[in-house]
Amino acid sequence: MIHLENIHKTYHAGQPLHVLKGIDLDIEEGDFVSIMGASGSGKSTLLNILGILDHYDEGTYRLGGTLIKNLSESRAADYRNRMIGFIFQSFNLIGYKNALENVALPLFYQGVSRRKRNALAMEQLERLGLKDRAHHLPNELSGGQKQRVAIARSIITNPQILLADEPTGALDSTTSGEVMQLLADLNAEGRTIIVVTHERGVAYRTKKIVHLKDGLIEHIEINDPAANRPFGELMK
Amino acid sequence: MFQEIFTHLFQNKLRTALTGLSVSVGIFLLIFLLGAGNGLIHAFENNMSMFAVDAVRIYPGQTSKPFDGLKEWRFINFDQNDIASTQRALPQHISEVTPITETGQHELANDAHSLSASLEGVYPQYVNMEKILLLAGRFINRADVRESRKTMVITQTVAEELFGEADKAVGQLVRVDSLVFRVVGVRSTRGDFGETTSYIPFTTAQTVYQKAPYVNRLLLRTVGLDTKEATERFDATMRRSFAARHRFAPDDPTAVWINKASSGSEEQGKAMSLLRIGLWTIGLLTLLSGVVSISNIMLITVKERTHEFGIRKALGARPWSILRSVLAESVIITAFFGYIGLVAGVVATEWMNRRSGEMVMEIADMKFYTFLDPTVDLHIALGALGVLIVSGLVAGFFPARKAVRVKPIEALNTK
Repeated sequence: MIHLENIHKTYHAGQPLHVLKGIDLDIEEGDFVSIMGASGSGKSTLLNILGILDHYDEGTYRLGGTLIKNLSESRAADYRNRMIGFIFQSFNLIGYKNALENVALPLFYQGVSRRKRNALAMEQLERLGLKDRAHHLPNELSGGQKQRVAIARSIITNPQILLADEPTGALDSTTSGEVMQLLADLNAEGRTIIVVTHERGVAYRTKKIVHLKDGLIEHIEINDPAANRPFGELMK
Repeated sequence: MFQEIFTHLFQNKLRTALTGLSVSVGIFLLIFLLGAGNGLIHAFENNMSMFAVDAVRIYPGQTSKPFDGLKEWRFINFDQNDIASTQRALPQHISEVTPITETGQHELANDAHSLSASLEGVYPQYVNMEKILLLAGRFINRADVRESRKTMVITQTVAEELFGEADKAVGQLVRVDSLVFRVVGVRSTRGDFGETTSYIPFTTAQTVYQKAPYVNRLLLRTVGLDTKEATERFDATMRRSFAARHRFAPDDPTAVWINKASSGSEEQGKAMSLLRIGLWTIGLLTLLSGVVSISNIMLITVKERTHEFGIRKALGARPWSILRSVLAESVIITAFFGYIGLVAGVVATEWMNRRSGEMVMEIADMKFYTFLDPTVDLHIALGALGVLIVSGLVAGFFPARKAVRVKPIEALNTK
């Protein structure tokens, strides 16, 4: 599904900052992967490259067989729209749109008619138990509800992979648990999910943990979330 | 898409309204100024239409230099041949030529009064070419000329002197020296300031008063002499044409006199167009300041919405979609508030029309308009609307490009 080979990335803000120093990574369809590392280890940069939100300088990145390199902004937008779902730490809902409109937005960029996209969005909200919140604005929702709206939005185009950047970072522990359970459920449906986090408790809810240090993969840990579950709550 | 834009505009009501106001004022001023300018221009055109601005009068003169074996100080005489030859000389500039024969001063009298007046023999078209206004009766007609009738058109001054008022003169007999003429019409002295020239048929004048078939002057109706250059070329060509026929030096300044009724008409046309240009400039500059403020506010909007654009880009918004939404927002503000200004401007010009649509100044016995019909044409209003939409696009373009150029990840990280 995802194939990374020798990915390099350097930022040129003032002093050049070599953030990724040759990442090789393969992620199979249906994987539930977390990328862990201290702040500055390059995990967010890696996720941005995976999400085609940022360019990389060197190496190759294939997403579902397509080479992602030197894309025009329009092509990149189309790939993001159809292949990738984003879940952010700060939810990134549009403040003046209600939950339903936020969820339906990716379909707007596919040219789906208003009636159809609202119907599909309502279906997703209903699945996530937010039907009664559909016409509320984001600031009328709790943190957990906001993140569930964002998750509904990320899966509405039925993308091949979901990318979550610190999805529980702004939530309390109970809601964090709920959100991770939701991601686990989505993975159980066969979706590929990649979570960036610095919380061990979150990482141990995934099946594979990629430890990142100073722009290089330190090691990849195979994990059994079911085995950790009894301790999961304690380890946050 | 439009619903999104409106949602966004209504979120910032005060800002939208204030920005829009500057465009409204701009287009309002443009329309109002053009309306006021049109008031002046219409008044001027109306005043000019009372005068025969397209008339050129040509008089024979006296040679001032010897030519072709002939001595100087020779008198030039025009005859019937000059009429057709003149028309042929510059057919593209001359639409009509009519001869006039002057018979000099005569005593006009009825039983009670008498006065001295000059007589001219004319053809029927003279009345239109000189834009003569008749107060009563008719002008000399074709039958008068054909049959050399003793009919005459007298001026208001003469009519009042002999018969008390213009209406009573028509049909009356007037003694001219030893002959008797019947008055068929009375002309206004508008613009003549008390002149007493009366008109009789050309044929009558020639038969009764001229010893030779001479023509005292030619009256020409011209077309296309709007510029100084055209007028000068016209003069030179006419002079050459007469010089060839009457054997005088083409550069002889006194052999014929070419007199354009309104030598200033080209300058006046220029003044009018300058006035128009000036008004458009002021109006468009005011509008420009409105456009700049829209552009400014759009820049702020784009900056505020950078994070939102980042979200949209992450969700799959193409650059064109972002560009389009910013441009559309700009055009909607400009067009909406511009339209308000446009309607207000048209209402204001109509109000101006109602209140002072016809301001009149009287000079001697003539009425001059100083202000007439201060309104704008529909096509100018539509043109202004086009200008608005274009300015909306221009105002939105740079902010929109800025919005598109931000990388999605940078936009997302903007708070």
